[in-house]
Amino acid sequence: MSDKPPAEPPSSEITPESRYLRRRELLKNAGLFAGTAAAVAGGLYLLGRKQTRFMDAYVPDAGLVNAPVAKGQGPYDTDEPRTPYEDVTTYNNFYEFGLDKNDPARNAHTLRPRPWTVTIDGEVHKPQTVDIDQLASWSPLEERVYRMRCVEAWSMVIPWLGFPLGELLKRVEPTGNARYVAFNTLHDPEQMPGQRRGTLDWPYVEGLRLDEAMHPLTLMATGLYGRQLPNQNGAPLRLVVPWKYGFKGIKSIVRISLTRDEPPTTWNLAAPDEYGFYANVNPAVDHPRWSQASERRIGEGFERRPTLPFNGYAEQVAHLYTGMDLRKNF
Amino acid sequence: MASRPLPWLNPALVVGGLSPLVMMAVQGPRGDLGPNAVEAALNQTGLFALVLLVASLACTPLRLVFKWTWPARIRRTLGLLAFTYAASHFLVYAVLDQGLKLGGILEDIGKRPFITVGFTALVLLVPLAVTSTNAWVRRLGFPRWQRLHRLAYVAAVLGVVHFVWRVKKDVTEPLIYAAVLGLLFAIRAAEAVRKRRARDAVAARSAASP
Repeated sequence: MSDKPPAEPPSSEITPESRYLRRRELLKNAGLFAGTAAAVAGGLYLLGRKQTRFMDAYVPDAGLVNAPVAKGQGPYDTDEPRTPYEDVTTYNNFYEFGLDKNDPARNAHTLRPRPWTVTIDGEVHKPQTVDIDQLASWSPLEERVYRMRCVEAWSMVIPWLGFPLGELLKRVEPTGNARYVAFNTLHDPEQMPGQRRGTLDWPYVEGLRLDEAMHPLTLMATGLYGRQLPNQNGAPLRLVVPWKYGFKGIKSIVRISLTRDEPPTTWNLAAPDEYGFYANVNPAVDHPRWSQASERRIGEGFERRPTLPFNGYAEQVAHLYTGMDLRKNF
Repeated sequence: MASRPLPWLNPALVVGGLSPLVMMAVQGPRGDLGPNAVEAALNQTGLFALVLLVASLACTPLRLVFKWTWPARIRRTLGLLAFTYAASHFLVYAVLDQGLKLGGILEDIGKRPFITVGFTALVLLVPLAVTSTNAWVRRLGFPRWQRLHRLAYVAAVLGVVHFVWRVKKDVTEPLIYAAVLGLLFAIRAAEAVRKRRARDAVAARSAASP
């Protein structure tokens, strides 16, 4: 420590007052610049957040299915590369949990898939209400690797676990009057908060013609990728009809009714000119707002691939529609 | 010498306004935009184009209502940012979504009103971006320049229509932009009426005086 008073700086080093003030103004302006730039960027970030929320998306770890499973590579399985589990479970349309693709993964934890019962009624000899686990034990689980084509022109390849719907229907013995199968999703705004909004008429309803429902390709899925079906994918029971647009694959089913008349379907009620009852994948029939001729396979990059008639299952199902005008019956 | 007031404002707007675009260019290839990065980039650039365009159209009404003058200083920057996002939106669609296949793009623009309307909005913004410089204001003369730039309102309306048609079911969000645009129109209309009344009053007074 020195006793010497600090040396005065030479006058040549003293900042002129004008420059001193200018420096303060520069600093102030730099601060205002940074603050404003950050505020503008932050404001835009908040507005566009929907598109970036995938970064913290919740990838579920649904438990492995213990039941013995007949593994893929059956007659209907595609050997195209499977869409990653992470994408299948975080990119979903399930308006009961929100309108954006990443909403269901975020919000579907409120759904309680157990205990769960399914009511099967209408034109059947054995109407009944069954516990989901009992229903799932009626037929052995199979793995089916199917293409899924969404009406929004994207597609995935998903290894489902499930059993043919036809097996279930045979068991309840449809009457001679049964011509259609109608499905209902759970209606419970407590478990499905999106149902508090009148976006669609709840509950979500869908339907198939009986011959479509009995087709061996038509699957009731209870799992995917060897795991239990995550809530956002329609736990505990959903429909998979691989030659139709994805919205036909009604999720979280609580009721299956056999009917004489064509049942209403949710998207057909909401916009009949855009979404028909049949909703067969058809590259020749455009959606009013976009072409259906090609699609983007999720996880495959930018290149679009051509869409196949009946999503590539024409050989198996085209005969169901002989004599029908598929431009009218879209 | 006093520096220009608010010299930081426009640079800050440019940096803040363009940073989401830079972020997207980084996030997209890294997979941080989700499983369908093209869709995310399309939605985000389209939304920002509309928001910035509406913001640029809010500058004059803000002056009329609150007597603020600073929005007028950033109007041009807001407009050019809006154009940048609109052009990026189209480029993402044409290059990444359609793979530059001209047939598909032309078919979309010609056949689908939703795309026709969006493309028209972009086309309307091109002359506005080109004539955004002071030199062009001088060359056209302010009244003509101003009339030309009213096309921004048409573009914004078309942008909202494009957004409404894009949405599958819930139109709440596009209707918010429609409501804001409606409000901005109403303020300008009220101002126009007020000006005309004032002019008529002056004319009446000068006619009455001997």
